[in-house]
Amino acid sequence: MKQLGKFVIFIGQLFVRRESFRTYMKLVFDEAIKVGYNSIFIVVIVSVFMGAVTTVQTAYNLISPLIADPVIALVVRDMTLIELAPTITAIVYAGKVGSNLAGELGTMRITEQIDALEVMGINATSYLVLPKIVGSILMFPLLVIIAAFVSIYGGYVTALVTGVISGTDYIIGIQMDFIPFQVIFAMIKAVTFGFIVASISAFKGFYTEGGALEVGKSSTNAVTSSCIAILAADFLLAYLLAPLLTL
Amino acid sequence: MIEANNISKSFDGKQVLFDVSAVFQKGKTNLIIGASGTGKSVLLKCIVGLSHPDEGSVYFDKRDFTHANKELQTEVRREMGMLFQGGALFDSTNVEKNVMFPLDVLTKMRYEEKLERVNFCLERVGLENVNKKMPSEISGGMKKRVGIARAIVNNPNYLFCDEPNSGLDPQTSIRIDNLIKDITAEYNITTVVVSHDMNSVLEIGETVIFIYQGKKLWEGTRDDIAASDVRELNDFVFASRVMKELKDSR
Ligand SMILES: Nc1ncnc2c1ncn2[C@@H]1O[C@H](COP(=O)(O)OP(=O)(O)OP(=O)(O)O)[C@@H](O)[C@H]1O
Ligand SMILES: [Mg+2]
Repeated sequence: MKQLGKFVIFIGQLFVRRESFRTYMKLVFDEAIKVGYNSIFIVVIVSVFMGAVTTVQTAYNLISPLIADPVIALVVRDMTLIELAPTITAIVYAGKVGSNLAGELGTMRITEQIDALEVMGINATSYLVLPKIVGSILMFPLLVIIAAFVSIYGGYVTALVTGVISGTDYIIGIQMDFIPFQVIFAMIKAVTFGFIVASISAFKGFYTEGGALEVGKSSTNAVTSSCIAILAADFLLAYLLAPLLTL
Repeated sequence: MIEANNISKSFDGKQVLFDVSAVFQKGKTNLIIGASGTGKSVLLKCIVGLSHPDEGSVYFDKRDFTHANKELQTEVRREMGMLFQGGALFDSTNVEKNVMFPLDVLTKMRYEEKLERVNFCLERVGLENVNKKMPSEISGGMKKRVGIARAIVNNPNYLFCDEPNSGLDPQTSIRIDNLIKDITAEYNITTVVVSHDMNSVLEIGETVIFIYQGKKLWEGTRDDIAASDVRELNDFVFASRVMKELKDSR
């Protein structure tokens, strides 16, 4: 509870005493490259397998003469879009970007770099953390789009290679009963998760106390807390927004 | 001139500073000395506002900094330069960008002007041709000097140094000490240096305060430090045999 209060104050701190807009633009750009571009590789790898496994699994589970083959692809598409692409990618992202971010800020804290900024009269919270959060909110949805695309495409390739369903059925299936709101839903999740990972990890790193050992702990804590928050938010969003899918 | 009035500070119920008052004069190097763990760094942090004193206040040229609003605090801070114990260089950028950093965020200077100023400061601390080196690629003494260059780049009115020569060889120590002293006189800065090195006390201590277990026990200049009759200070100053012999020979 005390942590939560401190977190809220921390987020409030982001918006006071800001530097020039141009300074921020540049920082956000740098961070976006760092968190976005550098995560593409791992996201692609994970997504290929995500699509492949979902396709194979669904194909085996729906092995009934009553269910048409394209439905398998439809299930793959729906699962990927509204659940797997945002959430699994977020977990991976927390592991890569979250730990990195907490480690970076933690190191800056214990080597007095954050103090150095404060003494210069710069609001270290907003200078260091705000660009990371904004960068993450901008880039994570893009990663989710890549993940969804690669994953669905991965499913297609799997279908072709393993022959669990035919390529034509797959293509038909992923176009069946498509609800465009699914994409918006996925993007809402993505923005939320992008914020969660960056803000929680930054918080954990920023308040590191002690030495190198504690920096490691902050990194681990950042990942653990981010993951829990992601799953809780995922549930909450599903509960609030899923009814809108059927409208 | 900086005035610290009746500063007290505790951490988790353990009092670290007891009612410390001191005046740090403009154009002079003012030293805070004392044994390890007596609260020197805490006092310095209270002065620069990285830590908020439980009681007392700090005045920067008559401006109450401790109880100032954010605007005034920022204004005073932008007149400060600080050298941290470990240098506290930003390790993700090179030496040149480190030194240029305060100019980048705090001024509207053109790039060429900034570069000129950076090179001037680096030259002033005796560093040339290291502009493009990363902090991890230079030695501890060089880091300190880059730290000084960064601290003075924006023409501060106040300069703070926490143990500028810990971990350095005697020769480099003296160079850094003298550098701080010269810069202070040259630009008429109010400089506060935390140190436990007797060499620097005698070398640059224009005014000295002695902290013992969180209390200020003595103040004076380097010239009357040897003559003091405060036992704790004597123990501190004449801890080494050489110093003792020096005193006896007088
Ligand atoms: N953030 C903190 N939380 C709790 N205790 C602290 C904190 N900072 C300092 N202290 C305590 O305050 C006391 C004085 O510490 P300080 O760092 O000022 O010593 P110092 O005089 O600078 O010593 P040194 O010469 O070794 O740097 C120590 O007992 C230390 O444990
Ligand atoms: Mg200290």
